[in-house]
Amino acid sequence: MSLSTHEINKLMQLIGLTKDDEIDCEQCLSLVAEFAERELAGKSIPDGLKAVAHHLTLCAECHEEYQALQRVLKDLKE
Amino acid sequence: MSRNNETWLMHLGKGHPDQQAALSALRAELLRSLRRAFWKWGLVDEAFLEDAVQDGLVRILDRLQQFEGRSRFLTWATAIAIRVAMTELRRRRWQDVSLDTLSEDPHFAQAWASDEEIGPAVQWEQQAILDTLHDVMQNELTDKQRTALVAELKGMPQEEIARHIGSNRNAVYKLTHDARKRLKRGLEAAGYVAADIHAAFVE
Repeated sequence: MSLSTHEINKLMQLIGLTKDDEIDCEQCLSLVAEFAERELAGKSIPDGLKAVAHHLTLCAECHEEYQALQRVLKDLKE
Repeated sequence: MSRNNETWLMHLGKGHPDQQAALSALRAELLRSLRRAFWKWGLVDEAFLEDAVQDGLVRILDRLQQFEGRSRFLTWATAIAIRVAMTELRRRRWQDVSLDTLSEDPHFAQAWASDEEIGPAVQWEQQAILDTLHDVMQNELTDKQRTALVAELKGMPQEEIARHIGSNRNAVYKLTHDARKRLKRGLEAAGYVAADIHAAFVE
């Protein structure tokens, strides 16, 4: 089985984004509610939450869940 | 009855006289939230959402002590319920896909199809980086790391990779994170930094 061009590009992007210290999916879950509320309110993201933004660029599942949470919060706001 | 973070925590606590009322109220809130979250998912029916809310409630009550009050309680609880529901959807979607099929013999370096739209210099750089990456993958990664990483690139969710290798989502994230770090170090040792990779592989 070969990796497609898209998959190779994805791997390269992931490698480029990789940091020694990253939060994992459980840590992301514990922080994502605060992150989502701040994003929606247009508030600045404190250093302690920047790791959430970084994790969301690397983890497709957490990103998908974050998008769903955003839909809920936006609907509630409207 | 309107509840703030403190009253949610208090009422949901074991033995509180309002616990059943609070549970009913939270169940109703989560059901509304999951309907909003999944409205565009055609395959999600009301029974699925109710099951997800029930499983989500169990998870939320297990973690009640971990809520630090850094967001609204309902936002925190909704994030947990969404994870529970998404995990089940992914399981259903991927349950018949074999990890072996996805990750067998990844012809990594040979897979790159030459692209006529990019010049020969960039193609040469791409191939040189891929050759290095192939070597690092074969020599520096464990079988488990390689398998998990390739499956992830093929789109398999981490929960499903975890199910196949007898692990959990968090451990799979750490496994692939370690793999990415090794690949990055291997490329850097060969003289390729992030900017080189970006320049050669931007889609």
